[in-house]
Amino acid sequence: MSRVHDMGGRFGDGRVVPEPEAEVFHEEWHGRALAVVLAAGFLGKWNIDVSRHARECLAPTDYARFSYYEKWMAGLADLLVAKGIVTPAELAGHADAGLSALAEKKRGAAEVPGVLATGGPSERDSTIAPRFGPGDEVVTRAIAENTLVEGGHTRLPQYAAGARGRILRLHGSHVLPDSSAHGLGDAAEPLYAVVFPAAALWAHPEHPGDEVVLDLWQSYLSPA
Amino acid sequence: MPHDHSDHDHPHSLLPPEPALRLKALETLLVRKGLVDPAAMDAIIDTYENRIGPRNGARVVAKAWVDPAFHAALMEDATAAVSELGYYGRQGEHMVAVENTAKVHNMVVCTLCSCYPWPLLGIPPGWYKSDAYRARAVREPRKVLADFGVILPQDTAVRVWDSTAEVRYLVIPQRPDGTEGLDEETLAALVTRDSMIGTGLVVSA
Repeated sequence: MSRVHDMGGRFGDGRVVPEPEAEVFHEEWHGRALAVVLAAGFLGKWNIDVSRHARECLAPTDYARFSYYEKWMAGLADLLVAKGIVTPAELAGHADAGLSALAEKKRGAAEVPGVLATGGPSERDSTIAPRFGPGDEVVTRAIAENTLVEGGHTRLPQYAAGARGRILRLHGSHVLPDSSAHGLGDAAEPLYAVVFPAAALWAHPEHPGDEVVLDLWQSYLSPA
Repeated sequence: MPHDHSDHDHPHSLLPPEPALRLKALETLLVRKGLVDPAAMDAIIDTYENRIGPRNGARVVAKAWVDPAFHAALMEDATAAVSELGYYGRQGEHMVAVENTAKVHNMVVCTLCSCYPWPLLGIPPGWYKSDAYRARAVREPRKVLADFGVILPQDTAVRVWDSTAEVRYLVIPQRPDGTEGLDEETLAALVTRDSMIGTGLVVSA
């Protein structure tokens, strides 16, 4: 089983509502929520996989009712406590918060452009040789679960579990989120774009020529 | 790591219920503890509100339309090609360009979260992050396109890219007919954000 965030293919959602390009933040606090999450991330106490998993660990009821930036805030609050950076009493406003030992890691405004421009590339050298090449037929894991940690983070969506597809391209070797989200190291391995006919994923595909491409790690795949 | 809890002991539930107040409480706490700098937050907001947005991607598309050497470089190694134009950074570390033709229409989604090429398109629009788009785009892309007023010819196949890793996809829309004489800047102005996600088409003015 997966978690609430894994919603690809789900039935019952309404129409998608387009919006004008100039609308970046819908509320003043949205921009500040983005900024506080990024600025806290600059402290270097977690990586992108850890922060994604924190949001995915929200209770399904919270995940469903929270707006986008509420999920971000909740994930941040939970991570700050899990990492011992703030206490529950401080979060509840019941304790006088003093200066953190981590304060020296804080980034100033002048450093922001550099940090954002550097980003966090996920490509790594790996000792694991690519097993597949473009055109090879592959099958994804039948169970879309993290095999290292029960209920852990993974990037194989449930809708693509046990599906047969074809390697489109090799992206090089990248950090394995299933490992990296749990402090188990980068464990980089080859990453592929894998193409699936819509008919391999859905009982009622819209069109016989339609396809879905997913980026999938080598350990998610077996030869077909 | 956050672990699974019953509802009441998720730490986030200790914050005020109203979202704007929740944010204020979180921000105040982190500033008081010296963990975030309010001026750095302002700089982040300014970056994505005013400096980095879909006009970057539009310049890339227009250049690809008029400059065959750039087009070839972009299709070969998009990260290197757009970096040369100054577009690199957070959420755009590994770029791939996918090109629409009469036969194939590309469309990008992230069903698991909201992965999006920030250096080229900025912050994703609300609909891109919505449950409806994340749930439906992979299963019924044509019905989703219809929500945007886009109807494809019957012999055009749809290829949906679900961004499950750190690779970010930029759709290169088809150049509209009747734009042969236009310069790069005029062409860039025709390129919409949605056309670079694959939920829109570019039309001549």
